[in-house]
Amino acid sequence: MTVEAIIKAQPLPRARAARRPLGWWLLILIPYLWLVVFFLGPFLIVLKISLSQTAIAQPPYTPVLDLAGGAHGLREFFNALSLDNYALIASDPIYLLSYARSVLIAGISTAMLLLIGYPLAYGMTRAPRGWQPILFMLVVLPFWTSFLIRIYAWINVLQREGLLNQLLLALGIVDTPPAWLATDTAIYIGIVYSYLPFMVLPIYATLEKLPEALLEAAADLGCPRWKAFWLVTLPLSLPGVFAGTLLCFIPIVGEFVIPDLLGGSDTMMIGQTLWVEFFANRDWPAASAVAIVLLALLLVPIMVYQQRQMRQLEGRS
Amino acid sequence: MTSVLDSSSAPARHQGISRPPPFRSDPATPPLVRFEAVGKRFSGVAAVEDLSLDIFPGEFFALLGPSGCGKTTLLRLLAGLEIPDTGRVLLDGQDLASVPPHRRAVNMMFQSYALFPHLNVEGNVAFGLRQDGLPKAEIAARVAAMLALLKLEGFEKRKPHQLSGGQRQRVALARALVKRPRVLLLDEPLAALDKKLRGETQFELMHLRQKLGLTFLIVTHDQEEAMTVADRIGVMDQGRLIQVASPPEIYEQPNSRWVADFIGDVNLIEGRLLASGAGCATIMSASVGRLEVATPAEASTGDTVWVALRPEKVRVSHTAPADGLGNCVAGKIWDIGYLGDISIYKVRLPDGFIMKASAANMTRLIERPFRIDEPVWLSWAGDAGVVLTR
Amino acid sequence: MRKTSWFNLVSIALGLAFLYLPIVILVIYSFNASRLVGVWGGWSTRWYAALLDDQDMLDSARISLAIAALSATAATVLGTLGAIVLVRGGRFRSRVLFSGMTYAPLVMPEVITGLSLLLLFVALDVDRGFWTITIAHTTLTMCFVTVVVQARILDFDTDLEEAAQDLGCPPLKTFLTVTLPLIAPAIAAGWMLAFTLSLDDLVIASFTTGPGATTLPIRIYSEVRLGVKPEINAVCTIMITIVAVVVAAASLFGKWRVGSRE
Repeated sequence: MTVEAIIKAQPLPRARAARRPLGWWLLILIPYLWLVVFFLGPFLIVLKISLSQTAIAQPPYTPVLDLAGGAHGLREFFNALSLDNYALIASDPIYLLSYARSVLIAGISTAMLLLIGYPLAYGMTRAPRGWQPILFMLVVLPFWTSFLIRIYAWINVLQREGLLNQLLLALGIVDTPPAWLATDTAIYIGIVYSYLPFMVLPIYATLEKLPEALLEAAADLGCPRWKAFWLVTLPLSLPGVFAGTLLCFIPIVGEFVIPDLLGGSDTMMIGQTLWVEFFANRDWPAASAVAIVLLALLLVPIMVYQQRQMRQLEGRS
Repeated sequence: MTSVLDSSSAPARHQGISRPPPFRSDPATPPLVRFEAVGKRFSGVAAVEDLSLDIFPGEFFALLGPSGCGKTTLLRLLAGLEIPDTGRVLLDGQDLASVPPHRRAVNMMFQSYALFPHLNVEGNVAFGLRQDGLPKAEIAARVAAMLALLKLEGFEKRKPHQLSGGQRQRVALARALVKRPRVLLLDEPLAALDKKLRGETQFELMHLRQKLGLTFLIVTHDQEEAMTVADRIGVMDQGRLIQVASPPEIYEQPNSRWVADFIGDVNLIEGRLLASGAGCATIMSASVGRLEVATPAEASTGDTVWVALRPEKVRVSHTAPADGLGNCVAGKIWDIGYLGDISIYKVRLPDGFIMKASAANMTRLIERPFRIDEPVWLSWAGDAGVVLTR
Repeated sequence: MRKTSWFNLVSIALGLAFLYLPIVILVIYSFNASRLVGVWGGWSTRWYAALLDDQDMLDSARISLAIAALSATAATVLGTLGAIVLVRGGRFRSRVLFSGMTYAPLVMPEVITGLSLLLLFVALDVDRGFWTITIAHTTLTMCFVTVVVQARILDFDTDLEEAAQDLGCPPLKTFLTVTLPLIAPAIAAGWMLAFTLSLDDLVIASFTTGPGATTLPIRIYSEVRLGVKPEINAVCTIMITIVAVVVAAASLFGKWRVGSRE
């Protein structure tokens, strides 16, 4: 027992008094209620509307829940709900292609983010101690700058008479300036550019905590540098890799701004499909159904992410 | 200080294990490890400075010193985790300058244990053997044997976070030992253990070394630990070796006031050398008066010297010693420290100098023979002290 | 033995270049006298001057800043409470639900959150505009605040609180006078994060906006869809500069505080 107390590797869980003052419950209630009303509740509404029909009315869907109608009104209400929108999604290939394309793009970009982000994070940890806070700030700073601005900045570079083509022409790599915008390549560039900090920071945080003594022990026991990385550093950095992967993959699937500004109009990602359904077609029920299916698709990764975060929290508090 | 070299004070279950004879360096045996004028600086500060040291095969060598004296740096230089700025490190006569740590035949037990959290006990212990490319059967056999030796049977599948501190320490030891290194390096291995466990583990380390016939190099700031386990001790301060000798020699024949003061308790009596001849020296001290020391002093008459006198060699008595037991002086008891097995008496001499004397509590009387402010006589034999010139 | 190999240097350099190059180019081109990207017409600040005349743009900037400030403040309060509950709350029923609601918005695609909030406002028959955007942004950003503050609370040494209580300080006062000042940097960082996220948000604002509440991103986006515009370059440069100055000041301030404490 004295050993643990002396080493104090992890703070021991503190025994809490079972009784809680009333004020404490009020404290919990405030953010809790807010989230229930403004985060959880709306999903139920989306679900309901996905079961509705579009209508030229205000609001542009029917049926509308009117509690004044009493029990009879409620029964009518439920009878009017239908799964038409979901049937539409299942039958029309546009939607299925859109989902598939989104998942594919998200998967590929996440892989690219990992390939670029891991060496960057690793390089940051190997840098001299004094440099690390500066490097950290440098990686985080673009994140503080507007997302929209940064994507827009890429339009500058990628457009036909933009800098990338100017550079390529000057170097003689191409004869005619190729079109970069409205291509999948531009989307990948935009995604990797925007999400890089989300991949780098969790990996950096995990790598940074790795005790130097572990690598020295590996060397002492006969591992050259590359082998020590493979056998010790890499396995122990996996939690950070998972966190970064989930933190990137899930939102990329539903990404809208990047494919809209940088991509072409042939096949859309699901975020764009939802946007078009909602704003262009004014079909709120269909858009809601698209959202619900997307949510169902992402539910498992979201829950995995949340589980890992909670487990990390339990481990430390 | 209790005599840790007396085997009768060892825990009962170690009685049967005979302590190996004190290490004697046969001049003909070449050193296993040699540090040649080694120097290492960090940010302009010298951690190790112009240090030369030989370590012989089969010995348990301890590097002892206060925090920041450079002992850990010296250890890491041998392991290859640091590169010397000046000088050479040789193993079996071979210069290790071009040999990276993963190819050196030395292995280290880290102070923090540095167990791989993602591997279980078996994986940790087998790790080094796997790098050598040994056949699987042999690895399994050696790992099993080492775990049995360190009483870790049954723990093979556990992960480090499921082990107690003492168990983790054994795994770290097993992991380093299983590779049968030429030298095993131990970086303050017992610092995190409580006193009882530390004592037991010290004896186990000595036993292991003898059984496996290996050479151990231990770094510690705990002098009792160094005295217990080591065949030879190298005392370091501020990057330099002050004295290298066996524990009895370090204790009874320190080469400087610093070493005398660092190891155990000591009375340092300053005085002028009156005469020095064949086998004895006479010193005049302002506090104690005239002292006779039965060892010659390497100094000239009139020089300032110090006599180092260990408290346990000083006798306290109510009356002046009748026999002409050389040196004696009168004073008053200033303070008493009761340690259970011994009592330490601080005696204030007329000029204000405080001398320490310690005596074993031979009887079980609660009432102690001496009280504070009581006038007493201190006396010691002529050969009880050592003359120091620095 | 922390050696920086050339591979590491190259990966850091390339990574940072990739991150900053488009921004640098954008800033440079905001001073381009020529309208065309392909042509460099010399240094000029005419686009900045044009901005000052653009009333719509200034209105949008004002609205965005107001929404950002309000939602950031609300999000900081709610998010800090949430962090305290998560870390110190121990086990209570539906803690799993609470933590789920806290972490999910971090990864949830914005189109889903935006759509759901809009449908809520429609169902409640609430006029959409300034306040609906503010509420939406608060909901989104409070989770980020929770994550940031929670990390700091975990690192916080509870011995300090126990010492205060041992010396006679009641729990609430302990929290206000001991805990809060020490986690204040994280709370401030959370506020800044929420502010930036709100200022920058396009998707959720588009869903929950109403007449007269055109935020800056919405305006920029509608113009940008038609192609590159030099005035936009100028706006973006200004926004980048503000953010860079604030972040640099915050980190310097943080260092100064740490330094003065030592």
